[in-house]
Amino acid sequence: MRGKDTMDKRLDLSRFISRDNNILQLLVITALIFALMSWLEPNKFLRYYNFESISFIFPELGIVAIAMMLAMLTGGIDLSVIGIANLAGILAGVFFTRIYPGDPSAGMAGEIARVAAGVMLALGVGLIAGTLNGLLIAKGRITPILATLGTGQMFTGLCMVLTGGPAIVGFPAYWGLIGNGKLFGIAVPLLLFLAVAVLIAVMLTKTPFGLNLFLIGTNPRAAVFAGLKTERMVLWSYMLSGTLAALAGIVLSGRTNAAKSDYGNSYLLQAVLICVLGGTNPAGGRGTVLGIAIAVIALMLLASGFQMMRFSNHLIDFIWGGFLLLVMVLNAFRNRE
Amino acid sequence: MDRLKTLLRRSETAVFVIVVLIMVLIGAINPAFWQADNLFNLLRANVIIGIMALSVLTVMISGGIDVSFPAFAAAAMYLTVLAMEATGYQGVVLPFIGATLIGLVCGLFNAVFISTFRMIPLIVTLGSASVVRGLLLGLVGTSIVNIDRMPPALIAFGRSSLDIGGAKLSAMVFVYLGLAVLVWLFLTRTMTGRSIFAYGDDAESAKRVGFNTRRTVYVAYGLAGALAGFAGLLHSSMIWLANPRDFVGYELDVIAAVVLGGASIFGGRGSVLGTVLGVFLLVLIKNSLIIMRIDNTWQGVVVGCVIVLATALTAWRDRKAAA
Repeated sequence: MRGKDTMDKRLDLSRFISRDNNILQLLVITALIFALMSWLEPNKFLRYYNFESISFIFPELGIVAIAMMLAMLTGGIDLSVIGIANLAGILAGVFFTRIYPGDPSAGMAGEIARVAAGVMLALGVGLIAGTLNGLLIAKGRITPILATLGTGQMFTGLCMVLTGGPAIVGFPAYWGLIGNGKLFGIAVPLLLFLAVAVLIAVMLTKTPFGLNLFLIGTNPRAAVFAGLKTERMVLWSYMLSGTLAALAGIVLSGRTNAAKSDYGNSYLLQAVLICVLGGTNPAGGRGTVLGIAIAVIALMLLASGFQMMRFSNHLIDFIWGGFLLLVMVLNAFRNRE
Repeated sequence: MDRLKTLLRRSETAVFVIVVLIMVLIGAINPAFWQADNLFNLLRANVIIGIMALSVLTVMISGGIDVSFPAFAAAAMYLTVLAMEATGYQGVVLPFIGATLIGLVCGLFNAVFISTFRMIPLIVTLGSASVVRGLLLGLVGTSIVNIDRMPPALIAFGRSSLDIGGAKLSAMVFVYLGLAVLVWLFLTRTMTGRSIFAYGDDAESAKRVGFNTRRTVYVAYGLAGALAGFAGLLHSSMIWLANPRDFVGYELDVIAAVVLGGASIFGGRGSVLGTVLGVFLLVLIKNSLIIMRIDNTWQGVVVGCVIVLATALTAWRDRKAAA
């Protein structure tokens, strides 16, 4: 018994160190990016305004990346996150403009109730979309790549049907606060991201659900034999992923005051990049919210620096793709040792 | 009798029956469907998606997936057309060889990461697509080469057609079918082709029987890239312009068609005949939406449903086979 105990402890310790190594490595990368950009563009990069605008822009991407990570933990992937985010924003837009237009006499309370209804609607859409993904993957045994590729196309298609192409505009002012407002001097999107990050981090590390996801991702067959309710856990993880994607859609449409079917198309690649950079194993079983949070900040610092240097968006896409391949290669080397 | 049973059980038969049923149905709603003009147009619409589907089929049989071929096709097409315009070259054979080679190099780029670093194909191809498309648009250019600047030889090639009973059948259909036969011969009649099936079915066993699995991965992704490059240039010669932003979203249609044709994403299963039928079925469905006057914004929803339904059916089939 004692021997087993010490072994467990050593296992815990080594896992803890390797996990912290990854976080440490990320922090070094982030610091390097920060130093590089401060050196290249000292006048523009090191301004309060720059960091403030980053704090408004990065949360939506961070939330999408956490949604992606949840799917990756069980060895899956969610290619429909962008479709869900856009659909949630567009449905809320349709709700505000066509179904329940603003009533000037309603006053502040009425407006807040209207926005709250819109939020519930958008999150509900995300939950339904995630449930559809989860059912197809857990019960229908469809491989996550094809299931979410198909549903993602369905959601994007529905966006096209609802909008006919152009963006939906005319969101209420309170909706804009979700994406543009400040609370205690801090960007509301940032607060939302922090809340989501803490919630998911606690859920993954402190609850049986989180532990189950890691176990399923490490060895799905063993998880079934160990009596885990694999199907239900996978279903729940995709439901959560869909709901988070919808939240990202709310923040995005709030920040830009518009919702469009092809908004944030390059977000998919960036979300995968953030997951991989943040130490999530796309084959399942490993990933931390802290890693995601640092990775998304590193990426945003890099992006804002490139924009100051007037890199075209196309070149930035090239850099994201190359960065993704590079990080994967580095991970492959590290795993080999 | 036994042969009939196996024939009935094949997924190609099921797809074929569905194709015939849909054609009869559409023909009943609108008899104009059966006019040679319309049928030939339908076949013409198969060509590009079909060649790309052969590319994805090869990768899927090897147990991978490829979302980078649209970017490769765009790069091969745009670079070749620009080179033809700059040099004033008036042939077509050399440009097609060039486009195929560009695609081949891109495909081998995928293979390096997938084989050497054992990275997940989906993530590698997501990255390489972004790299290639970003370089093409960021460094080479974003302007469309219009018909007035397109090399005349390329346009003439894309226009060549056969007169059958007063209607014109694009000769490109035969290029597509010829390629399909070649890929079929390669996959089923050569040792290298068979090794792709073996590798997709079980990589470890394929290695133990003595296949050079590293080479197999390079061949599968290289061939996929080459086919994509060829399809890219052929596309521009058929529509008489070269747009570096072209082919965005093609991966969905093509993957849907390949899955419809019965290929399994887990590798080791799939046939050229099934894929050709799957492509025809997908094009038929999208086309019939137009005939039935359904707004074309619904196309995305329909293609998404097709992917989900087709994969659900193949998953169910594979599970029944395993049971």
